[in-house]
Amino acid sequence: MQVTSQQFKQAASRKLADHKLQTALMNARGRLVAARARSIQELDNFEEIRQAAADIRDHCLAYLDVYLEEWERNARAAGTIVHWAESHEEMNRLVLEIARRNQVRKVIKSKSMLGEESGLNEYLEEGGLEVRETDLGEYIIQQAGENPSHIIAPAVHKSKDEIADLFAEKHKRPRLTEIEALTHEAREILRPHFLDADMGITGANFLVAETGSTMIVTNEGNGRMTTTMPRVHVAVAGIEKCLPTLEDFSLLMRLLARSATGQSISNYLSFTTGPKRPADKDGPDEFHVIIVDIGRSRVLGSALREALRCIRCGACMNHCPVYQNIGGHAYGWVYPGPIGSVLTPAYVGIDKALDLPNAATLCNQCGVACPVKIPLPDLMRKLRERQVELRLRPGGERLGLKVWAWLATRPRLYALATRIAARLGRLAGGRERLIHWLPPGASQWTLGRDMPAPRGRTFRDIYAARRRA
Amino acid sequence: MATRDNILKRIRAANGRSAEASFQEEQIAGRRLRSHDRGPLPRLDWEPAARFRERCLAMLSTVDEVERLADVPEAVARYLRGLDLPTSGVCWPELAGLDWVSAGLAFEGRPSRGDDMVGITGAFCGIAETGTLMLLSGEDWHATTSLLPETHVAVLPAARILRSMEDGWDLLRREHSRLPRQVNFVSGPSRTADIEMTLVMGAHGPFRVHVVLVNS
Repeated sequence: MQVTSQQFKQAASRKLADHKLQTALMNARGRLVAARARSIQELDNFEEIRQAAADIRDHCLAYLDVYLEEWERNARAAGTIVHWAESHEEMNRLVLEIARRNQVRKVIKSKSMLGEESGLNEYLEEGGLEVRETDLGEYIIQQAGENPSHIIAPAVHKSKDEIADLFAEKHKRPRLTEIEALTHEAREILRPHFLDADMGITGANFLVAETGSTMIVTNEGNGRMTTTMPRVHVAVAGIEKCLPTLEDFSLLMRLLARSATGQSISNYLSFTTGPKRPADKDGPDEFHVIIVDIGRSRVLGSALREALRCIRCGACMNHCPVYQNIGGHAYGWVYPGPIGSVLTPAYVGIDKALDLPNAATLCNQCGVACPVKIPLPDLMRKLRERQVELRLRPGGERLGLKVWAWLATRPRLYALATRIAARLGRLAGGRERLIHWLPPGASQWTLGRDMPAPRGRTFRDIYAARRRA
Repeated sequence: MATRDNILKRIRAANGRSAEASFQEEQIAGRRLRSHDRGPLPRLDWEPAARFRERCLAMLSTVDEVERLADVPEAVARYLRGLDLPTSGVCWPELAGLDWVSAGLAFEGRPSRGDDMVGITGAFCGIAETGTLMLLSGEDWHATTSLLPETHVAVLPAARILRSMEDGWDLLRREHSRLPRQVNFVSGPSRTADIEMTLVMGAHGPFRVHVVLVNS
């Protein structure tokens, strides 16, 4: 997927003025937050489990190579064909080669963020294959020719009316108005594709080293269809998805659905270990798994390492006041919200997403909601520091900070300057004691509000006076 | 294989390790893989059967109860007729021998082809904590039977209701030497909330999941 994160500011302004989007965001806002808050109450020791989850993910990362080799050994023993890929191009090419070798024409796909990263659908379509997304949200945005705006609710930015128009046009059927009818129309349209597709592509929520399994979590059942109906199944997974044992999965699962949608558990958890067994009557003849690095090992060795704990629940974006107001598209790549503000610069380059780590108040709603305790505000702060070190900040900002530093290291001069500024501020505030316009550089701040004017005395003045008293 | 080795090498370097995994590292990982240590569990002090029933209903499954396996066809007939649903379909071969005909039903022990309206399966076990069915795939445990039909009926001996998913894995390790092609945990009917966060049943899988518990 093309990276447009450098247009964040313009995109965010557009999104704030987009009435349809604002209505959709308003509808979503708070719902998932409330559902999560309710469901974590079901666990009497939520914080203890959350700490254990963070520890499990850290342990996996610390011994990742050993667990990946164990996973590979067990997967191969079950008949899985294992591939490794270093780049998005390599991954895409491997999938297309598998398809060509098996005379595949039609592909059904269950949601994969890695597939979004690599633009897999477009690549396969250019290679002459028909590709159908089957998660309802992904299906909607594929039909609309858009990108997902949320990692678990990809079409959360679209209203039912827009979807009704879209379905009427694409399905060439009478326009429906009810959400239930729209959902069932998509079911009817997609069912024949599940039955006659040649290949299924899925991501993987986790790899389990102990058994050599890949596993996916879904509510719709499209993941089960995709892993069972076609004669070839290909799963793509990042290296960081590897867990040691089924017990580790069971612990993380107590947090995943609760953090994502507020469900106690998702409807379908499907573990796949190899292709169809000799006596089985269903399942694919071939099962391929492509293990992908693409930036992960680089992040593992960086100050952003903790971001690799992520289990892709979306809680950080659901709780983020910035995401709640602009939606996911403005972030300009696959992962929106706080985790996107860390992963996008980490994966595609710090200079290609300069605004993202800065588009945060560091309020830590994300850090508190994260089920694996990723310190997201700290990671954003580290990225900000790195931007400064690499001299990636704009000239004006650098100059301003230089001037301030020069002044701040000269206490007498600083005291004088602040005294003058406080007096000027008082004058500017007038009788109302409110400043309506700030000078260029800070003028945006007073666009929608007034700034309370200083009273004329600086903090130092008051402090000195109190000491004397 | 160059790609594989490069990736593993980079992971080791990123973790500040030497080029080859040391004996000590393999010991630590190996112990963890073998020990199947459980992390902290939430309180699981309820009565499993009652909890299973309650959580099934919370996940929008329905639950019935019979004394003996032979009573299942009557119970299924009652359920299907009560909702005005079709009375024929497919079942797992292990259930094909039940007297469906006397109950006015017709179930064939074969995989689903996609146009069957009702699918009846057994289940490896039930998980009380979440109201979940644990299903294994296999020669006679067709994965499609619980997936393609609009109605899924699962027959589960009440004695096989376990507390947690961890208990399910332990039972699986005791009774089977390795994982089947697929293990599916099913908690209620297929659903989606992808349009305006509004919950709709029957996204791609069954619209209804009905559990028949067999007491003896």
